Amino acid sequence: MMSALMNMTTALRDWVSALYDAPPTRAVVFGIPIDGHLVVEALLIVVILFQLTRKSYKPPKRPLTEKEIDELCEEWMPEPLCPPITEDMQTEPPTLESAARPHTTIGGKEVINFASANYLGLIANEKIIGSCIGSLEKYGVGSCGPRGFYGTIDVHLDCETKIAKFLGTPDSILYSYGISTIFSVIPAFCKKGDIIVADEGVQWGVQNGLYLSRSTVVYFKHNDMASLANTLEKLTRGNKRAEKIRRYIVVEAIYQNSGQMAPLDEIVRLKEKYRFRLILEESHSFGVLGNSGRGLAEYYGVPIEKIDIITAGMGNALATDGGFCTGSVRVVDHQRLSSSGYVFSASLPPYLANAAISAVDYLEENPSVLTTLRNNIALLWKGLSDVPGLEIASHPLSPIIFLKLKKSTSSPKGDLQLLEQIAKRALEEDSVFLVTTKRSSLDRCRLPVGIRLFVSAGHSESDLVKVSNSLKRVAVSVLS
Amino acid sequence: MVRLPYTTALTTLFSYGLLFAFGQLRDLFRKLLDWFRSKDLKGYAPICLGLEDFYVRRLYLRIQDCFGRPIASAPDAWIDVVERYSNDNNKTLHRTSNSTKCLNLGSYNYLGFAAADEYCTPRVIESLKKYSPSTCSVRVDGGTTQLHAELEELVARFVGKPAAVLFGMGYVTNSAIIPCLIGKGGLLISDSLNHNSIVNGARGSGATVRVFQHNSPSHLEEVLREQIAEGQPRTHRPWKKIIVIVEGIYSMEGELCKLPEIIAVCKKYKAYTYLDEAHSIGAIGKSGRGVCELLGVDPADVDIMMGTFTKSFGSCGGYIAASKEIIQYLKYTCPAHLYATSMSPPAVQQVISAIKVILGEDGSNRGAQKLARIRENSNFFRSELQKMGFEVLGDNDSPVMPIMLYNPAKIPAFSRECLRQNVAVVTVAFPATPLLLARARICISAAHTREDMIKGLEVISKVGDLVGIKYFPTEPPKLAKEAHKKPVAVILP
Repeated sequence: MMSALMNMTTALRDWVSALYDAPPTRAVVFGIPIDGHLVVEALLIVVILFQLTRKSYKPPKRPLTEKEIDELCEEWMPEPLCPPITEDMQTEPPTLESAARPHTTIGGKEVINFASANYLGLIANEKIIGSCIGSLEKYGVGSCGPRGFYGTIDVHLDCETKIAKFLGTPDSILYSYGISTIFSVIPAFCKKGDIIVADEGVQWGVQNGLYLSRSTVVYFKHNDMASLANTLEKLTRGNKRAEKIRRYIVVEAIYQNSGQMAPLDEIVRLKEKYRFRLILEESHSFGVLGNSGRGLAEYYGVPIEKIDIITAGMGNALATDGGFCTGSVRVVDHQRLSSSGYVFSASLPPYLANAAISAVDYLEENPSVLTTLRNNIALLWKGLSDVPGLEIASHPLSPIIFLKLKKSTSSPKGDLQLLEQIAKRALEEDSVFLVTTKRSSLDRCRLPVGIRLFVSAGHSESDLVKVSNSLKRVAVSVLS
Repeated sequence: MVRLPYTTALTTLFSYGLLFAFGQLRDLFRKLLDWFRSKDLKGYAPICLGLEDFYVRRLYLRIQDCFGRPIASAPDAWIDVVERYSNDNNKTLHRTSNSTKCLNLGSYNYLGFAAADEYCTPRVIESLKKYSPSTCSVRVDGGTTQLHAELEELVARFVGKPAAVLFGMGYVTNSAIIPCLIGKGGLLISDSLNHNSIVNGARGSGATVRVFQHNSPSHLEEVLREQIAEGQPRTHRPWKKIIVIVEGIYSMEGELCKLPEIIAVCKKYKAYTYLDEAHSIGAIGKSGRGVCELLGVDPADVDIMMGTFTKSFGSCGGYIAASKEIIQYLKYTCPAHLYATSMSPPAVQQVISAIKVILGEDGSNRGAQKLARIRENSNFFRSELQKMGFEVLGDNDSPVMPIMLYNPAKIPAFSRECLRQNVAVVTVAFPATPLLLARARICISAAHTREDMIKGLEVISKVGDLVGIKYFPTEPPKLAKEAHKKPVAVILP
């Protein structure tokens, strides 16, 4: 056995050495002897190098020829610019024939007006109209320029100082249109990479501002503080880069889409705990809430310095147009150069700024108008609490009384049709002017639609009784 | 187009470099000095981080007194500019109660309706007494008055379209209409120098945005062909619709848009057109109907025409004019119509009266006079400035004329020196214009008389010599032979 193995290994060794020592194939090319295995190796190396220099296989790119582009352009058919007009797109709103006071004229008849946000009853106020006339004679109507280029009139500066003094903040800035205030302020402060926590029921102006700011937006459930606390907790947990990222909470004082009021004390507590800045939209609470009309902060007893940015449109309680934003000096100065609605747009017409100054004066001199407004709201609340088929969904102190259907149909469209019938019949049969909520197709708010009544300090008790009776009657006949 | 000479470009870049270096040095010192002082931010991130507001803090604040000058009178041909002083090197400015009367070459008062007008103001006051300053309501609720309905009809008639809709502010008109017309899956092609409101509206719509070279129909055609052939990015599905957005007069260049060629290109490729006539409505064209009338374009060829009332009509607000279906659709869904307070009734009345004056329906020919005057004024002013050797941009007949300054130091020099000689001008720099192309912008009005303009020209020429902005050789003054006025021989090269 051993010898057989030995023989095999020897034989193997002999065979290998024979192979190794065997003379290579010889070739003589042009008188130079070439070793055979060198030829093979050289050829292999050449082939490898050749393959490496080839590009990887890609189907060749053939750009479209002019003729093909022409054909594509011929074939392409655009959609029409607007979708086909349907039945409900054709309704026209009623036309007013006199000022939008608590009693106004529509179609030749006198109606009780619950559709104007004239909370303090300042429309057709003698003193305000007098100051506007003076302003029109001195300054004309328009200001003919943006604020940076001779569009700043001394009336604007006076108005800004007046509002700042009224609210107790260092400075304020005036915008020329109510809705553009909030959607210019938010992109001025929030940029890409920042975090914003917003209520899901905010109005379109705020939504547009949030979209334009390109920040990360997280919505929490409408007016639900537990949901807000959860969201804030989730966002800040484990996030170590808190020092560099700016964080904001955006809420409205009184929500236009539902009449709810934001609980400011709770929000301020959460904001201080998690280090967020607060942007408060006070269009419907400025001049309404608080003992002297200074808004939500006064109502809750929160010092105004704790709220970083307050914006409001002046088209509601102050019965004029435009908007303002107020806060610390840093906040206001920053907007003078980086807020697009301020820099790139003409300034507020001077007579409207004058109207704002007179309105704030009136509010300071007659704080009793707020008590009248509060009484009216309370009376109307009581009167509307037992309307069959409709329930009140707004806060008891909100000047917007929001009625929604107790039993809603399956779609918002169906709801809206019923509510519009109610509003139409109230106008035609009882001369009471109410409005339903109208939602744009661009609005992402999904809160239920309803009927809105804007209560004014100028409404008398008989007006309020009349509207409650009318609604009770019409709701019964439409909804049964 | 602007021709930037080499030496000017170099000196401008050098100036900016110097300002930048000094700014950084100051920032360094500020950081060192503040090292030991605690910031009371208490864990909040600062409003502006690092270099975000460098331009504002170190460059803009130095010349802050040239911008935002308050006035104490109506923005007419002569204004009272309020004097301001500063105790801390221009960081904060305080008003005084003194004011100086200056010639106003900066307000957008093209037809002179800015101040109290004999036809318009009594009617505005009447409507104020009847309807009060505001309706406190949105248009779809209780904010539509008879005045609004009247003005919509009048605007549609004036512009030459079947129907129109009003909004309370020009900026909001663009920002809120463009998202209604186009959404994701659509393409917006806008001119590279379009206004910020159009940019905002385009961004807010969610559509893809492409830019074509300023006022170049050939590049527009290239972009259109490429985009239609490619389709949507990544999926290559065909575009839902394409809208091309241009302006009538570009406010920083003073140029007219090449409308007939652009409309031809758009028609060929089935793209919709959107014309923003903020500066041109009421100011150009034989009867004030804007750039369509001036260039001979039929309004029916432009799908959507937008304009504002702030410039030529002395009021506030904007409008959109288009076919009846589009306007009906916009009234149903546009957020600015559904959520924003309706336009103030006295402002509506001002526009109604102004349009009536322009059309001659008030029984006088003041409208025609105003239109002829602004055309004459603009052409006279522009030609005189060019003769003096300034580099003036813009086309003939356009009431906006920018004068190139270039260097950052010339901006405050020009502005302050002119104010000292009682002429109020507007200077524009970065970021409203490209960095190297700072300019002074003159807006001529029909309220300027020949004497006003001659005074303005004298002052500008003197200051131009002092500051050194006469980049072109001057023409020798023509001796006599001017048909209507005495020769302006005071202006010497």
